[in-house]
Amino acid sequence: MDLLLSFSPFDFLVEPLSYEFMRRALIVSALVGGVCGLLSCYLTLKGWALMGDAVSHSVMPGVVIAYALGLPFSLGAFVFGVGSVALIGFVKQKSRIKEDTVIGLVFTGFFAFGLVLVSKIKSNIDLMHILFGSPLGISNSDVSQTLIISFIVVSLLILFRKDLMLYCFDATHARSIGINTGLLHYLLLSILSLAAVVGLQTVGIILVVAMLITPGATAYLFTDRFDRMTFLAVLFSAISSILGVYFSFWLDIETGGSIVLVQTLMFLIAFLFAPKYGILKTKHNIST
Amino acid sequence: MNSSFDHNVNESLSIDAYQVCVDYHGTVALYDASLKLASGSICGLVGMNGAGKTTLFNALMGFVRPSRGVIRINGKSVSEAQRDQIVAYVPQSDGIDSSFPISVWDVVMMGRYGGMNFLRIPRESDRKAVLHALERVNLLDFIHRPIGTLSGGQRKRAFLARAIAQRASVLLLDEPFSGIDVRTEKLMSELFIQFRNEGRTILVSTHDLSHVREFCDLVVLINKTVLAYGETSEVFTSENLSLTFGGMQPDPISGSAAPEEYF
Repeated sequence: MDLLLSFSPFDFLVEPLSYEFMRRALIVSALVGGVCGLLSCYLTLKGWALMGDAVSHSVMPGVVIAYALGLPFSLGAFVFGVGSVALIGFVKQKSRIKEDTVIGLVFTGFFAFGLVLVSKIKSNIDLMHILFGSPLGISNSDVSQTLIISFIVVSLLILFRKDLMLYCFDATHARSIGINTGLLHYLLLSILSLAAVVGLQTVGIILVVAMLITPGATAYLFTDRFDRMTFLAVLFSAISSILGVYFSFWLDIETGGSIVLVQTLMFLIAFLFAPKYGILKTKHNIST
Repeated sequence: MNSSFDHNVNESLSIDAYQVCVDYHGTVALYDASLKLASGSICGLVGMNGAGKTTLFNALMGFVRPSRGVIRINGKSVSEAQRDQIVAYVPQSDGIDSSFPISVWDVVMMGRYGGMNFLRIPRESDRKAVLHALERVNLLDFIHRPIGTLSGGQRKRAFLARAIAQRASVLLLDEPFSGIDVRTEKLMSELFIQFRNEGRTILVSTHDLSHVREFCDLVVLINKTVLAYGETSEVFTSENLSLTFGGMQPDPISGSAAPEEYF
């Protein structure tokens, strides 16, 4: 902390920008934060937090295989992300096991497979980078993959904004007026897989679920309007990614952990002090 | 009832089901259900839990395909009716997420989605229809309120407004009278009468017999099949009710009768 206090805020913000790897890390983290923040609104409202965790863990073997074959890692990750979702749906439909059990069963299986692959495939894959992310060491090709996937995710979420909102709110009504809810279900799951792919670059597989739910949960405590919720979630998420990278630089701490910790702190502040739904405010309302 | 296997389509009927069977993975939920409801009626759908009320709703909305039988809505097939948004479903208020960050206006506007373009951008006619619908259910003062801040009765009216905005001619209501105050009940029954006079058909699922006597012109009694339907005064006989609730009717699949405690 001494190190932090000895700098002016200007130095704190500007000095890291003289390093190219920091400029790149800040841009990528902010972008990934914004994209995941936007999606997090749908996931928290739909109650898909566990699904987010499942998909992000399930991409592990895909990443390893893609690296081993020299393919873009996002391709492998996406295939395994969607594959896990399809498998979860299949097992749930064909057996009497409850959904949360099936989700837990499938994603741990995929994740374990990934771990075994890493230990067996001789390559220069750094397990720590996959598990915990490495935005400070991101390569140019990873940056372009992130840009492309982010563009796809944001475009889909904007194009299907109202339909997805209706699907999350009242799927029965959507079906009754002829909207294909099965398609929306798999669209949202595909978007989730893509977002998990970009998210794992900055915070890694283990913590990516935080990027996919925390901003939405924080924003949800501030507003009763969906539009404002999405705006706030994107804002909170991008800011916490940027702050997280700065703290990581100055305090020499793990970047993914730093980003998620800032997000969690923001949630904590909202939980306590949000004007309408913070717990301190709620007590005040009851006493008056 | 209808003994002929040649089923003629009658377009003046709003709901016309003929020998409808629905099964879920081999478990029979509804068998040989036949009924004819004329347009412009308030009809109670009465049965125990598990008697097939929800299954019948699902079949009318096209969510489940009958394994046998024919359903016609305003003379159209179920998929055509779905495409033309003839059928609106009004959920139980505890069946939806009331903490969803969405305003009354947005909820009612969802009734118009089916007629909008791909991006669901409202036109002037959509806005007018939403305003009109909110006026009908007396919720204009709540237009910008989040749906979660409404009382149970107000929320039900908001969903009724969505069905009005949809211009649906068949309304399926799931337990509309559960958990509402007397004032809302009166307002809703007045609305139902207005809807009936406009030629809409309202099918109300309930297990509360007093409400049926009070509000419904017609009643459909079901227990895995349609036991009886018609004018409330004629259908509400003690014999029919005991078939519906008493478990006198043996289940044709397992041969067992429903348990006595439901009586």
